[in-house]
Amino acid sequence: MDKNIKMFVRNLNFYYGNVLALKNVNLDILTNHVTALIGPSGCGKTTFLRCLNRMNDLVEGARVEGQILLDGEDIYSPEMDSVQIRRRIGMVFQKSNPFPKTVFENVAYGLRIDNPYSKAELTARVEKSLKDAALWEEVKDRMNDRAFELSGGQQQRLCIARALAVEPEVILMDEPASALDPIATLKIEELIQELKKKYTIVIVTHNMQQAARVSDYTAFFYLGELIEVNRTEKIFTRPSLKRTEDYITGRFG
Amino acid sequence: MRKSWSERIGFFLLTLAGILVLFILGVILLDIFSKGIKTISWEFLTQPPREGMTKGGIFPAILGTFVVSLITVIFAVPLGMFAAIYLHEYARPGKMTRLIRLSIRNLSGVPSIVYGLFGVVLFVQMFKFGTSLLSAGLTLGLLTLPWTITACEEALKTVPQSYREGAFALGATKWYAIRTNVLPYAVPGMLTGVILGLSRAAGETAPILFTGAAFFIPHLPKSLFDQFMALPYHLYILATQHQAIEKVRPIAYGTALVLLGLIFLLNLSAVWIRYRYRQRMRG
Repeated sequence: MDKNIKMFVRNLNFYYGNVLALKNVNLDILTNHVTALIGPSGCGKTTFLRCLNRMNDLVEGARVEGQILLDGEDIYSPEMDSVQIRRRIGMVFQKSNPFPKTVFENVAYGLRIDNPYSKAELTARVEKSLKDAALWEEVKDRMNDRAFELSGGQQQRLCIARALAVEPEVILMDEPASALDPIATLKIEELIQELKKKYTIVIVTHNMQQAARVSDYTAFFYLGELIEVNRTEKIFTRPSLKRTEDYITGRFG
Repeated sequence: MRKSWSERIGFFLLTLAGILVLFILGVILLDIFSKGIKTISWEFLTQPPREGMTKGGIFPAILGTFVVSLITVIFAVPLGMFAAIYLHEYARPGKMTRLIRLSIRNLSGVPSIVYGLFGVVLFVQMFKFGTSLLSAGLTLGLLTLPWTITACEEALKTVPQSYREGAFALGATKWYAIRTNVLPYAVPGMLTGVILGLSRAAGETAPILFTGAAFFIPHLPKSLFDQFMALPYHLYILATQHQAIEKVRPIAYGTALVLLGLIFLLNLSAVWIRYRYRQRMRG
């Protein structure tokens, strides 16, 4: 398999109970690229994202068919530990969800899980993660403040720092900027550009401009199906399907 | 624009109901307080009863209630807490879980005397603990379990799902996420419920009646397998079973006041914990 393919999705069907929420999705997610998932609400893009790190395992009645490979390994094979998968594939949620702990403890949370680090190493890793998330300058004197005291944009970057701290290979972002103002959004978008040098990123977004700005590839979902996927500039300038064009030009959605 | 008459009448009736309830409660409390306070003294709180319970204090009953409540807590709190964690975090929703939950709700409505009988059969006879502190404490524990489980489950419900998901997304196992990112925020709420359940148990007479409480014993219990005196039972005896009921009435009132005070203290601590909890959840 092409070693540029980080995640490889074939014939993926996903059920909530008896409801088929994703129909035969096939998608390659390329290493060190940003893949944007777009589509109207309820089209399955968030469901798809949550299949990628087995977050849907936690949903009652959820069932997955098909194949998702991470570096050629099937993440849904019975030998795979979903906990290990989630350590390699991090996630940033739509609504920033800092824990009711200090700024420091939020970032350190994932690092403490197996607790292999000395105090100094922990501090260094927290600092590095915050720098990578472009938040360090703003919070370096506030490490012991409650995370809830940060602004909305800072909280979301804190959640990104928290995800980076455990050094995942892939980062899944579920509309990470949907609750943020334009300036905070811009910061997140710049950050994504920076992060793709080291990580593979999949981002769900409702915002067409955002998809156009941050992503290399765009996948358009509609009613549980992956309608079209291509390089982002292609999707936004010369989509090959009428339905894609209708959506990105705002004729429906 | 003027308020409509039906609105006014409705408001008036609701206010009246509220005031009436407070008034009745107030009269009861005032009655117990005014009649009981005269009896309260250092001797009353620290000495055993003398001369056929017409003189002396109620120390053995205070101690008995305290110890039996302690056994209740040690038994019911961990068990109830873990059961709630299982039900809320691990059990798959379905017929079985619904049935378990329904049973728990129903158990909390079972009259306490039934628990008393059950305690006799299970602890006193089957486990051969005899009529003792241990049997009574465990019986009260059973009585409070449904309340404890329900309260703990409610407390777990208040912890946002995003705390769990956030932890899972960082590669935490389920138990790790629960231990570090759910329980710390649920425990204060759990304690509040537990204390309220306990304050109910501490005032119960029926469950301890057959399982360990004694009419009068001249010495303090020396082990968990001894009988004991307890405040509610002592009160019951003084009020209905004593050979000179009129004479011991002040002692009965004093006992009632001590019991009320104890329960008031417990409830106050529940309020305090809840207050601290809100502060903490606010972050």
